[in-house]
Amino acid sequence: MTPPPPVTDLDTLRRRIRALERPTAQHGRVLPFGVEEMDTYLPDGGLAQSALHEIGGGGPDEVPAACAASFAAGILARLPHSVLWCSTGSDVFAPGLACAGLAPDRVIHVRPPDEAGVLLAMEEALRHPGLSAVLGELTRLPMTASRRLVLAAEKSGVMALALRRRVEGRAADMGITASATRWRIAPLPSPALPVPGPGIAQVLGPARWEVALTRCRNAAPKTWIMEACDAQGRLSLPAELANRQVEPVWRVA
Amino acid sequence: MAADARAAALGLHAGMAVAHAQALVPDLRIEEAQPDQDAAALARLAGWCLRHISPLTAPCAPDGVWMDVTGCTHLHGGEATLLEMLHTRLAAAGIAARPAIADTPGTACAVARHGGNPVVPPGQAPAALAPLPPAALRIGTDAAQSLRTLGFDTIGQLLAAPRAPLAKRFGGQVLKRLDQATGALFEPIESATPPDLPRTRQGFPEPIATPDDLARATALLAERLCEKLAKAGLGASRLDLVFQRIDGAHQAIRIGTAAATRDPAHLIRLLTPQIETIDPGFGIEAMSLAAPLTARLNARQTLSELCAPSHAPDLAGLVDALANRLGPECVFRLAPVESDVPERALRPIPPLAAPEGANWPDRLPRPPRLFTPPRRIEAMALLPDHAPASFTWRRRAHRVRRADGPERVYGEWWKTAEETWAVRDYFAVEDEAGQRFWLFRRGDGEDARTGDLQWFMHGMFG
Repeated sequence: MTPPPPVTDLDTLRRRIRALERPTAQHGRVLPFGVEEMDTYLPDGGLAQSALHEIGGGGPDEVPAACAASFAAGILARLPHSVLWCSTGSDVFAPGLACAGLAPDRVIHVRPPDEAGVLLAMEEALRHPGLSAVLGELTRLPMTASRRLVLAAEKSGVMALALRRRVEGRAADMGITASATRWRIAPLPSPALPVPGPGIAQVLGPARWEVALTRCRNAAPKTWIMEACDAQGRLSLPAELANRQVEPVWRVA
Repeated sequence: MAADARAAALGLHAGMAVAHAQALVPDLRIEEAQPDQDAAALARLAGWCLRHISPLTAPCAPDGVWMDVTGCTHLHGGEATLLEMLHTRLAAAGIAARPAIADTPGTACAVARHGGNPVVPPGQAPAALAPLPPAALRIGTDAAQSLRTLGFDTIGQLLAAPRAPLAKRFGGQVLKRLDQATGALFEPIESATPPDLPRTRQGFPEPIATPDDLARATALLAERLCEKLAKAGLGASRLDLVFQRIDGAHQAIRIGTAAATRDPAHLIRLLTPQIETIDPGFGIEAMSLAAPLTARLNARQTLSELCAPSHAPDLAGLVDALANRLGPECVFRLAPVESDVPERALRPIPPLAAPEGANWPDRLPRPPRLFTPPRRIEAMALLPDHAPASFTWRRRAHRVRRADGPERVYGEWWKTAEETWAVRDYFAVEDEAGQRFWLFRRGDGEDARTGDLQWFMHGMFG
């Protein structure tokens, strides 16, 4: 048997290692964020489209996970076909998702009576390659259930997103799962704009998030400060961080 | 035979002599009774019930229809709704019907014919039977007459009486009917399928009980049925799989699809999860698969793999699978409604409906989370149109640093009269931690009719 040809660059080596690691993963599509800092840091160049990603977080004591919902809606808005949104609660507000770019025609809502139904619906939907993504709102995601979701996603190429909500009164801990990346979105105070608002407060500018990648396969955790997604679902760097002056390089003669 | 309300008002009742009736109502029209045509009509009614209500339906001579609706009631919105729907549909067809639902066929029969609460709660069969006369037990007029002479006016007294003397006096019949009515003895309903439905049947030389065997038999039946449907050019939109147990009991599974289909793989995928819900008992000796609702389905060209799909992929299979496992009301899409009031700005539509292309107005900011009902908060704000300077929610004070608003939403006077003057002023506020909330104040601050100036939190922004 002839030995494989020698490796000429790092990309080929990476691809070969990935193929050896996960022989069942057939789909290599990736959804980039559109922000260079994040895309170059993530090992796949974005969110892998046949994997499970978890999104959680929010302000202190925040149970409804509104930031995570907007972040997820921004991701879903940039995917092509229909998506599925499974949740047990009734606080999903579709006009709010439309503000992040997710048109109502593209979303099929599923409201099972309990979380076991949400996991069931997600698994069933991940077997249909006609969808682009499946999102489920879960408070608990056991390891075995997450592995099943990962296997189903890898086989069909549909992205699985788990929106982790906190149970009121308990510590926010997502536990150990088989997800490829785990994100925690927290709100940050937005900068002051030199325009007076209604009353004592100042006017509301674009929202700001602390986007924390807390767990990622083949990469260390990292945190970015981003502006919340716009009407097309894209994140962007805040203006003062993007356009800051470059520090002069220290030179010694 | 039977007298309806109008006849009863005129003084006629069943079993009366013709001459007597003619004496009461001079211009009465007399027609020969045709019991076989009555039976045929009852069979047709049972066929209708089989198609629309339950796969296990049988006529109960002379004037009733039995249906085993275990597990079907949620498809019709609950037991009371099912009975109401039956009553209205049959009344619209000109049939005066008295439906009842209970744990056992005997109790349902008795309650339907002799009155009482039509929905007998589970386990309450003896209590529901207690006030009814013994004739309600289907024991024949002689036995009923003798029981009345002996002093048994109600079934309750019969249930309380010792059984041995009753058995000695009346034989086993009375006790058997009593046990069937209370549920101590099982009474199977032999379902009668109309002969024109496409169906396949498979009997087994030895009874089977394991889920694997049942699944294999289901797959075989599904393939055969799909061949039959293909020959007839039909697709099935409802399937009934009936299991016949050795002890005579019938159990059924019913599945529905959003569009008529004859793809055996799809149907097998929908049937297999529900096989676990049936109880095989000592074994299943025969299974039959029937398609009560069918529609014309012509042959379809399949897309070649060479050309990339340009249209949106087909989601009917996914919607069917989810609707059958979770219930059809759990799967839907949302469409915009032209209303300013946020709770009313959306309505559910069927998940496979054609895309409307409509969207909510893009200039108005809306939160991804909406609380129903809005949560009451305490807020301090300068009237009439300043945003709150601070507010208290769940005993925590939030100081408002940034705000936007007010967005005025008027009540919809054409919906309810109380909303004629109601006004809400919405503010999007950000507190010192950066969290954004959607608050509103009931009332415009100038006119007391528009609201009581109470503050609420309606949602949270991302």
